[in-house]
Amino acid sequence: MSQRAIRIVVVRNEQGLHMRPADMFVQRAAQFESEITVSKEGHRINAKSIMDVLTLAAVKGTELEIEAVGSDAESALEELAKLVEGQFATDKTVEN
Amino acid sequence: MKFADFINSDSIRAELAADDKDSVIREMAGALAAAGAVAEEELDSIVKAILRREELGSTGIGRGVAVPHTKHPSVDKLVGTVAVSVEGLDFESLDGEKVQLFFLLISPPDRPGDHLRALENISRQLRDDTFCRFLKQSKSTEDIWQLLVEADNNQFVS
Repeated sequence: MSQRAIRIVVVRNEQGLHMRPADMFVQRAAQFESEITVSKEGHRINAKSIMDVLTLAAVKGTELEIEAVGSDAESALEELAKLVEGQFATDKTVEN
Repeated sequence: MKFADFINSDSIRAELAADDKDSVIREMAGALAAAGAVAEEELDSIVKAILRREELGSTGIGRGVAVPHTKHPSVDKLVGTVAVSVEGLDFESLDGEKVQLFFLLISPPDRPGDHLRALENISRQLRDDTFCRFLKQSKSTEDIWQLLVEADNNQFVS
């Protein structure tokens, strides 16, 4: 059954959503069947395209609205929110 | 942010000689040094830093585009350059495709916002097929610079 879910997350890492976190985000999003979009101040993009995600230019403190529509929408948002709020990593190499 | 805010026009290369990852980074960083945009004595250190960053994961983001980059303490503002490989080369891209279009960026360590805005600008423009095609067909430094100026003036995307 199709679900629709929306969640607001805040970018917390110092360097913002630069290329490596963007890549991690896109790869995680791609694991879900749901269509997933991310919006920042009305600018809405495809969460499964790295080029799209990089157009967010999301610095630390940016609020992003993630929306998922599909059979696994709830779990997709759960995972993606955890990734962003958890600063994308368990180690510091992602900031280099 | 616009291309003109961070792309050093003198170091743009329309026909890269390089045919692999290491040599394209050396050629582009070398062009920035030759143009005086980065210090010649820092060149080795800059090239090494960019290659170290590539080891963490390729900056080939698909659609034939790569954005090799690093932070480096020798620059006090974001500086970058553009190069085109006519044949394309293997850059271990995320989508496995050869890369023809390169944007190389060097940022001061304490300015993450500028780096993100440069990535935003590059990605936004490169989502446009016409811009990509024209860039790949560019025959000279002047052609590429003209194209970047047109992109800055919103000739390609809204």
